[in-house]
Amino acid sequence: MLDYQVFLQQLITGLSNGMIIALIAIGYTMVYGIIELINFAHGDVFMLGAFLALTLLGALGMEAWGPTGQVFGVLLMLIGSAVFCGGLNWSLDRLAYRALRKSSKLSLLVSAIGCSFVCMNLGLFWGGVPMKVFADGNSAAAPKDFPAIIPQINLLGDGFLRITPADLLVFAVTIPVMVALTFMVKRTRLGRAMRAVAQDPTAASLMGIPVDRVIGATFFIGGALGGFASVIYSLYNNTIGFQMGTRAGLDAFTAAVLGGIGSLPGAVLGGLTIGCVRSMSDQYLETRWTNTIVFCILVLILIFRPSGLLGSNRREKV
Amino acid sequence: MLSFCAAGSLFLAGAQSAKVATPAPAGTLRLISSLPRTGSANAQTNTMVNGIKLAIDEVGGQVDGWKIEYQDMDDASPQRGNWDPAVEAQNANAAVKDDECVAYIGTFNSGAAKVAIPILNRAGLVMVSPANTYPGLTKAGFGEANEPLVYRPSGKINYFRVVPTDDLQGVEAANWAQFLKARKVFILNDRELYGKGIADVFRKQAEKLGLEVVGFEGIDSKAANYRSLATKVKATSPDLVYFGGTTQSNAGQVAKDLRSGGYEGMFMVPDGCFEQAFIEAAGAANLNDKTFVTFGGLPAEQMTGKGAAFCTAYRAKYDADPEAYASYGYEAARVVLQAIANAKTKDRAGVLAAVSATKDFDGVLGKWSFDANGDTSSRVMSGQTVHEGNFKFVKVLGN
Repeated sequence: MLDYQVFLQQLITGLSNGMIIALIAIGYTMVYGIIELINFAHGDVFMLGAFLALTLLGALGMEAWGPTGQVFGVLLMLIGSAVFCGGLNWSLDRLAYRALRKSSKLSLLVSAIGCSFVCMNLGLFWGGVPMKVFADGNSAAAPKDFPAIIPQINLLGDGFLRITPADLLVFAVTIPVMVALTFMVKRTRLGRAMRAVAQDPTAASLMGIPVDRVIGATFFIGGALGGFASVIYSLYNNTIGFQMGTRAGLDAFTAAVLGGIGSLPGAVLGGLTIGCVRSMSDQYLETRWTNTIVFCILVLILIFRPSGLLGSNRREKV
Repeated sequence: MLSFCAAGSLFLAGAQSAKVATPAPAGTLRLISSLPRTGSANAQTNTMVNGIKLAIDEVGGQVDGWKIEYQDMDDASPQRGNWDPAVEAQNANAAVKDDECVAYIGTFNSGAAKVAIPILNRAGLVMVSPANTYPGLTKAGFGEANEPLVYRPSGKINYFRVVPTDDLQGVEAANWAQFLKARKVFILNDRELYGKGIADVFRKQAEKLGLEVVGFEGIDSKAANYRSLATKVKATSPDLVYFGGTTQSNAGQVAKDLRSGGYEGMFMVPDGCFEQAFIEAAGAANLNDKTFVTFGGLPAEQMTGKGAAFCTAYRAKYDADPEAYASYGYEAARVVLQAIANAKTKDRAGVLAAVSATKDFDGVLGKWSFDANGDTSSRVMSGQTVHEGNFKFVKVLGN
């Protein structure tokens, strides 16, 4: 392989990984933008989405479906996981966060950490379900193989670069989802209401905006994006496990902070940056330094731009 | 989940001791094993515990009129899904406090042994490991400068193992790589005690044999994927990739991503991946016929003599095939039981002295003795490949 070939290949890998991170990061940033809560359970909601996708895949026997059927299957998993994760995230808000809305931010944060543990343990139980896709539930904590129904073959044959259907899937799902989300926030009534609540919840409620319902909707949308991400992640990496939410959540949270927490384009930029930095560090430095590099960059950016790459500098709230 | 397992093993232990109908035993002696029973190593440790129980059953649950009890401890935590240093320390301390406990069988992971050995050493409690292969636990010159003395605060040796160490296995792996006509090798490791250790040995021997080492990298075993690493590996076009690590440190994902990243050469792993869970995690299609696994011992179907008898007894009792380390679980328990029989005083000191005096032991892999470091003199190793989703024995290594 030539030098620039390697570089381009790493760029593709970095962008694919970054897109997945970005999709999870949006969930963090949306919730933060509206109630200033870092929803630590988000990564674990994402993990449960992947378990649902694998359960659907196993229960419906998707592996045996033909190529057309499998495209349909992927759509089904995307919708299923999005609704499930959205609903779960909404319920977390309803059950664990709403009652604490008026209390200190710290109690809310502790509540979020608690939700994260609960979800993670649900994943541990789920892994023990006696289904064939979970290796008959023999070992609940073991990583599960997620069948590669989107094949990992090179579409360019023995070509210059290696682009697999899984790579394409990542872009084919994330880009439209992000465009739709931007449109929703900028143009629709709900989007306007969300921005209003983010700016000043009291004033928004005075104007007749149902604040709690808008916050609930934000949780639902953020969770649904996590659901999309979980299916893409599973089809791209072909392994899921009950602990995957911790690492994915940490990466996504870092991306959200890097891009400027509260900013949607910031989350995307942060995700792509982290994905690409990881790839380049793996290639041109050593793999064992990659995590260090990522966090050094984060520290540097926060020193020189405390509100992140695209975060606004003005403090809107006390 | 956890409490359920514990209840299950208590029930089994109860069922076994009920069989013993001896008049008034002289007392009770307890063997405690500490193995990762939660997480993906569970399939492997299940068969090891079965092996231990089989050995105790064979002597009728008693030695010289002393009743033998067995306690199956878990050194893993659900949070880690793997062995946990805090739990291991807890287990070792519990064993020390248990006055009837005369032997500690474990651990599975070399890292866990690092925690347990010094605790047991201070109490003069003998520890026999069925699975630790990191050389530094017993031998100087392979790991840290203060090894192995740091594990022997009392100045005496209390740690023994029935498996050959990685300095032997890593060398044999590199020799095998050369035999398989690999010229360029890329070496990966999981940055853990066992994985990094064996990868270092592999690298040394590969360089000695004149193989070109085109890369040596430590991976992040919690990463979501290794696509970028796969591209880097592929760009150096090696004939063989060696991964020093275990199923628990993501060997399956490494294998998957090497294949989906377009690497089509050979892949070699040590005994930490010699379990069905590795094939399940990696997906058989990614491993078939191009994956090579070394193991410090023989797979069940290749054993002769005492080993073959063990396999027959195992299948009869459990209606399943023993996994790679089951025979060592059995062996470790038998060493301890024989030592109890030979011990002049049936207490910790007596059993420890008797274990260290083990000589020409008629084991599952032939006759062997413990050397001055506490290592087995057995040198039998084997190489296997993955064929149609199962391990297939290829050859005996090192002869």
